[in-house]
Order: sequence, then structure tokens, then C-alpha cells
Amino acid sequence: MASKRPNQLFRNMNAKVSAIPMIVTALFVFVGGTAWTIVYSFTKSGLLPRMKWIGLDQYERLWGTKRWLIAIENLAIYGLSMLVLVFVIGFILAALIDQKIRFENTVRTVILYPYAMSFVVTGLVWQWILNPEFGVQNIMRGLGWQSFTFDPLYNAEIAIFGVLIAGLWQGSGLVMVLMLAGLRGIDQEVWKASRVDGIPAWKTYIFIVIPMMRPVFITTLVLVVTGIVKVFDLIVAQTGGGPGIATEVPAKYVYDMMFRNNNLGQGFAASTMMLVTVAIIVVPWAILEFGGKKNNG
Amino acid sequence: MESSITIRDLELSFGAVEVLKNLNLDIGQGEFLVLLGSSGCGKSTLLNCIAGLLDVTDGQIFIQGRNVTWEEPSDRGIGMVFQSYALYPQMTVEGNLSFGLKNAGFSKSEIAERIDRAAKVLQIEPLLKRKPGALSGGQRQRVAIGRALVRDVDVFLFDEPLSNLDAKLRTDLRAEIKELHKRLRNTMIYVTHDQIEAMTLADRIAIMRDGKILQLASPKEIYNRPASKYVAEFIGSPSMNFFDGKIGENGQSFACDAGTFSLNGYQFGEGGAQDGTAWLGIRPEHIAVGTEAKTMPIQLEASVQHVEPLGSDTLVRVLIGDRRLWVRIDGQSEVADGDALNIGFDPAMANIFDKTSETRL
Amino acid sequence: MVDDRTIPAASQTVNDFDGGPRGPKPQRAFSRKNVFLYGTLLMVTIYYAIPLYVMIVTSLKGLPEIRLGNIFAPPVEITFEPWVKAWAEACTGLNCNGLSGYFWNSVKITIPSVILSIIIASVNGYALANWRFKGANLFFAILIFGAFIPYQVMLYPIVIMLRELGLYGDLSGLVIVHTIFGMPILTLLFRNYFASLPEELFKAARVDGAGFWGIYFRVLLPMSLPIFTVAVILQVTGIWNDFLFGVVYTGPESYPMTVALNNIVNTTQGVTEYNVNMAATIITALVPLTIYFVSGKLFVRGIAAGAVKG
Repeated sequence: MASKRPNQLFRNMNAKVSAIPMIVTALFVFVGGTAWTIVYSFTKSGLLPRMKWIGLDQYERLWGTKRWLIAIENLAIYGLSMLVLVFVIGFILAALIDQKIRFENTVRTVILYPYAMSFVVTGLVWQWILNPEFGVQNIMRGLGWQSFTFDPLYNAEIAIFGVLIAGLWQGSGLVMVLMLAGLRGIDQEVWKASRVDGIPAWKTYIFIVIPMMRPVFITTLVLVVTGIVKVFDLIVAQTGGGPGIATEVPAKYVYDMMFRNNNLGQGFAASTMMLVTVAIIVVPWAILEFGGKKNNG
Repeated sequence: MESSITIRDLELSFGAVEVLKNLNLDIGQGEFLVLLGSSGCGKSTLLNCIAGLLDVTDGQIFIQGRNVTWEEPSDRGIGMVFQSYALYPQMTVEGNLSFGLKNAGFSKSEIAERIDRAAKVLQIEPLLKRKPGALSGGQRQRVAIGRALVRDVDVFLFDEPLSNLDAKLRTDLRAEIKELHKRLRNTMIYVTHDQIEAMTLADRIAIMRDGKILQLASPKEIYNRPASKYVAEFIGSPSMNFFDGKIGENGQSFACDAGTFSLNGYQFGEGGAQDGTAWLGIRPEHIAVGTEAKTMPIQLEASVQHVEPLGSDTLVRVLIGDRRLWVRIDGQSEVADGDALNIGFDPAMANIFDKTSETRL
Repeated sequence: MVDDRTIPAASQTVNDFDGGPRGPKPQRAFSRKNVFLYGTLLMVTIYYAIPLYVMIVTSLKGLPEIRLGNIFAPPVEITFEPWVKAWAEACTGLNCNGLSGYFWNSVKITIPSVILSIIIASVNGYALANWRFKGANLFFAILIFGAFIPYQVMLYPIVIMLRELGLYGDLSGLVIVHTIFGMPILTLLFRNYFASLPEELFKAARVDGAGFWGIYFRVLLPMSLPIFTVAVILQVTGIWNDFLFGVVYTGPESYPMTVALNNIVNTTQGVTEYNVNMAATIITALVPLTIYFVSGKLFVRGIAAGAVKG
């Protein structure tokens, strides 16, 4: 009658138009770009991408390269230590701050400020503090402990731990904040009940509070892990991958292959391996988190 | 009665879930219709369909004789009042009232005149320059009604407008809405889950369940002759008492574990009397006690289990054997736990429902 | 009747307990728990603060003092020369104009990136929250999963795309890259915020005849200042601190500040001027640090937004 039949395609036209950047990004950059890189990782691309199929050659060469193996080993050492320590430190700090302390804001502000700074800045500061000639080692020797040695950035054996110190300093504030939010989100009556029941605080944390914080732990875990896999600027600024190739990581390997060594194929293969690593963590999480309740996604 | 809103074969599904099922409804010009039901029955969904805020899956909606099924909400000639008031927090009361008129392109003088008129009716003139945050709940809801009022439309839609208010304000505003309706005489559709609001406001009540209208009738009719056992239980507090038994002698008697009652005086519905298993329901306020009970056609011996004085009247829970009944008696009566009590009722005030279909016989 | 008898009896019993504990329970300020708690927190706080302190102190010392002394010692003689040098004279390779030019590069990158990404993401988040259309959730899910893909995977395809557009090595190309990679988190942030607003407000505006843009600009925008502030904080710090995209998608002339800083400090030529390096480092960190200390709780809300589920 008086009203015009709404055409399905043009309904919500404004909404569809404003979603175009999202659709383009999702399809062309995220899906398309990823697929492109994966496809070209099977080619003999060098200075420029070339569609010359060579099967798994790039991957074979990748896993035969010492630099890549060290990069993977470093990522494993850095990643595991980072993961464990950042959670332990972050949770303990959050639990301490949650004790209705005075100066809470000051403490929180100081612990989190490193997170506001770039990895480049973080790397450079710790490069300076860990400088054996002027930094911590020098000071301890100056205090009379002549044999004291702490030069992680100059000792290939432990260099990756020098990076770890900086990474922890920068990232633990984030975990602390998320954990604190998780602790505050827990019903205070749980604490009242455990006090009435006479359960000691540490037991309440381990057996009641932490299991209740499962969602917070999982999302934090996903954030931390994806951050670890991407670690790049910190290494470039703090050690440049050195001494030698002692602190190489996959992200840096990819960058160097693509933009310095004119070996695109290696870069594509290495970045595909990084994608696989992330997928191993993220896909099970996604299935766990969103798989069961598709309808409200 | 000329019809103001007509709903034909309305269907609404979200995926596989059918929310409204083949719904037909005619609402008269100037009628106050209340959609009543428990949460999830589809009453708010139906209102949103009428408003055009939800797209229907099938069927038609006519407002003032015009097919508005595909119209935008603002073109349907309706005004709507929401439970959460839904006032625009950053605009003053005046801004809230004028927003829709500005969108519709009215002149400044026309807008000012309409706001003025609505503000007078609702007595919110001193509040016009304030923002919603500075208003009380009752004032906010009045502004929300004002927003519908300035639109100068034939149909008002209310979506549980009083649910966020405290009990006292609710009673006051309820009376004001009734007054407003008397004065404006426009069609109002009012969604609520509160049976007192429904009984006091409605010309007709539509009781909904699972996306269907179970009964559409005047409050009195719904109270006295509920169409089904569900409606009977839903209306009235405490709920209707039920005896589980059997109709016999061609609808002359009802036999249950409390005895056999004569049904002399009971008015069967269109289907007429039918023998078979059934429920006999009687409301707590239709049960007499003491000497008055002696005058009733049906009399029973009961013992008092529990007394709840409410002030104006008293609720007594009595036992007949192990069957529990609620009885409403005068607030000044002296009854104590354990007392023996004679009760009685008239079958003319009862309702009988078929055991399997649960519809009224 | 029963009540009347018990009340006086009860008050009698209370009188019998005169002399027992009464009033607030005494609390010791220096209980073992408090000493441990505040002691630990004090040490932790000092540890986290030290690098900033060392940066500042080093940047205010002369080179001879640094060589002789200890990095934690406060400067004997304060000098601002390292700051001047870092800003105007420090060398990156052959170019010795300090950080100033790169500072402005960063400004030129950050401002348009922040504005563009927030406009796109807020409108998109609004469309997703209030005007659901078919397929919207699928694209949104891809977008969110895209946020977990290591950037390295998409680096080169974007190089090709920018080259095709003639924007490779240019500031505007980097602006596009930041807009793309800011989109998942910002869209999530805005979508969740708009979805948390009462739906009835949106319905009321539709009854009032406001359309897609009318509702966005007149109804939602004025009440969304906090979330826009959070988004600005998130984006300014994120984009200012970026290194990877800067080094990949810009050339030496258009490097952002972080890349230039790394080049200044990690250059191997000549004498290493530690004080100048630290001054340059502070200058680079100054923008995000200022935002952090000024914004306080909103910064926390911004990073917590990353943990909010979709």
C-alpha cells in the first residue's frame, strides 16, 4: 500500500557502508594477506615475489639454518620463562595490592608505567643498566665484590635472560592490572564465607579464587602469548640479536630475511611458522571460549 | 467500534524460535488494551512489532486503517514510553521533548506550542531546562510520557513504564495514566506483568503465553470467567484454589476427595455440561467462613494451618484432609492456628476446567 | 506475652559481662603482616621506578662524570646539554639533526592515524551493536581473529598493496597501516560500549524519527566521551610506540621517532655518548608517559579493553 517494499540489499544501507573498511580489512588484509604469504612460502621468491613453485624447499632450508633454530630456541626459553614469571609476579603483586593497602594508586601507577613505554625505550634503558662497564656489575664491584659478574648482554650463554629482565619489567604491570581487575570482580561474599569457615587466605586463593578467575587467566594468557610471539623491537633495541646471533628471535629473522637479505621466500616460510605457533594456542582457546555458544557471537 | 489497530496473522521467529504465532488482534478506537503475561510470553515483542522496532516474519499491521507493516517507527503515528525511560541524557527535558519534532521538521513556534501544552498536562513546566540526571524516577517517566504526548499521535505504546518505580509512585502514576487516557481518549497499548496494573487500567486485557493470546476480554470477565486454568491461576493473588475431581450426573455434581458438591447454579460455557475428570476452582475471596458459611450451598469442615494478617483483610490457609486452601477473610476476624473452621462457597462463583484441555467448561 | 518477659532478662545478662572486650578491636599498625606487605610493595615499587630514575639521572650528567661514577648516583653537576644535543644534533647515520625532525614525523603519523582509526572503528562498532545486518558478525569474527595473526605474516602483502597505491615509504601509507591494525581492538571497544548502552534509548530515537547518522551524532556521540578518550589514549600510545611498521613502511626521511632513536643509540660510529642516548630515550618516551600519568584510570581501562571478550 502506501509503504514501499524495503529491498533486502539496501536495507541498513548506512550500516553496511560504514562496515566497508572492516570488511575490506578482514577479507583483503587479514584473510587475503595471510593466504598470499602462505602460498608464496612455497615459492622461490628472492628479492621479489616469484610464483615459481618449489614445494617445501623453503621450510627444509629454514629448519636447516642455525640462526632459525637459535631463534626458535630463544623464543621457547624467553616465552616459557616470561609466561611463568609474568603470571607469578603479576598475580602476587595484584594479591598484595588487593589487601586494601594505602597508596594503592601510587603503587599501581609505578608498576604499570613501563607498559606505557615502547619496547625500544625499554630495550635501551636496560641495555644501559646491564652495561657491565657502568651498570649493575660495575656498582657491585665498586662496593668491594671484585669477582661479581653480571653481564647478560655480553655473554651469549645468558643473553636471552637479559632480554627477559627487560621484558618482565615492561609487561608484568599489564598482568597485574588484569589480575587485579579479576580479583576485584570476585564476589566479596566468597571472602566472607571463607573467613567464617576459617580457611587460611593462601588456601582460599589457590582453591577458590584462582579457579573462579579462569576466564581472566585465559584471556591474559592469550594476550601474553601473542605478545611473546611478536617480540621484535625489544631485541632490536636491546641487543640487536647479539652477541653474535645469541638473542635472535623468529620475528627478527623474518624481518631480516624479507627486508635486509632479499630472501623473501625464507621470510614467508618463517612467518608462516610463526602463524602456526599462534594458531596452536589461539584455536583451542577460541573453540573452548566461543565454540559452544555460536548463536550469541 | 471502529478499529484503531488491526493485526493480521502476525508471525515472528528468530531463527528456529517462534516468538509470535499466528496472532490476530483488533484494538478499538480510544481503547486501553493491556498485554499481560509472565516474562518471555511475547508481550513486549508484540509491542515492538507494532512500533516497527522489530521486523515481522509474516502478517500485517494496520494503524488507523493504514498498512504500516513496512513503515519506519517514526512514520507509524505512534508514541512510545519505555521502562527505563530512555531519555537522552545529554539533552534537557525540553531537548528530549523536541528531538522527534525537530527530526520531523516542525517549525520552532509549533514545537514550542506543543511542548508547552504537554508540559502543562504533565505538570513538568518547572523541569524543562533540567537534564534527566537531575530528575527523580517519577519525573523522568513523566517526561518520557511527554515525549509521546508532543507527537500528537493517535496511538500510545507503553512498555512496562512503571516497573522501575517504587510501589507508592507506581500507584500514583498509574492513576495519572488512567486520567490521561480519559482526557486524551487515544488508543493505548500497555505491556505489563503486573496484574494489578492490568486490572485497574485496562478496557480489555489480552493475556499472553508462548506467543499466543489466551484470552482477550474485560478485566471483570477475565477475573470471573477465565478461559483456561492458566489464566485462572495467573489472575488473582493468592491464586485460585483447585479441587481435583470428576463431573457426574450430566453436569449436576462434582465429586472429589473433599466430598461431592452439587453444581446447581454453575453456568457452563458454550460447550455445555460434560461429564469427566476436571478441576473445580474457587477464589479465596469467594469462600465464606463461620456463620456465613452456613448459608452456602457447599459446606466443608476445615482446620486453620496458618494465618497471614494483611491489615485490611486476613489470609488463612486451611486444611481439608491434606488439601490446602487459601481463604480471604475480614481483617478484624480472630482466627488462630489450629482452630476448626466452617467454610462454604456457592458453585455459581466457581470455575470448572477440563482436566486434559484445561479450558473452562 | 512471651516477648515481654525475655527482653529485660536479656539486658540483665549483658550487664554481667562488664569489663570484657568492648568497642572496636584494637589494630596494630606494625603487625607482622603489615611490615611484610608494605616492605614488599616498597621494594617492588623502587625496582620498577629505578630505570626511569637512571634514565633521568644519566641524561643530566656530563660524559666524564658518567665514566667515573655510578649510574645510580645523582648528578654532581646538572647539565642540560645532552638534551639539547639529542633534540638537535645527535646523528643517525650521516644525518646529524637530532630527534626533532623525527619527533614531527611521529606527530604527523600519530594524529591522522588516531583520528582516522577512531572514526572508522566507532562508526563500525555502532553499526555492529545497533544495526545488525547479515554477515556482520562473520566479518567481525574474522577481524577479531585477525588481531591474533602475527604481523610478520601480513607485512609483505601490505608492502605490495601500498606500492600499488603509490604510498610505500610514505607517511600516509603508514597511517593506513595503523588504521588497519588498530581496527580490531577499537571496533571491539566501541561495539561493546555501544552494546552496553540501554537498547531502549536507541528505540526511542527511532520512534523520534532519527536515522543512522542522527542517532550516532545526536544521541550516542554526546554520551560517549569517556570511551573516545580511552580510544585516543590507546591509539596515541600504541602508534607513538610502534617500531615495526615504522621501520618497514617508511624511508629514512619519514622514520618515526622510535626508529630514529634506535638508530641514534645503536649506531657504532664514534664515541658513545650515554647521556645523549638517555636524553633521546626520555624524549621519545615523553609523549606516552605524559599521557599515562595524566590519564590514570582511563589508561587502565584502555588496556583492560584488550581483555574484554567479544
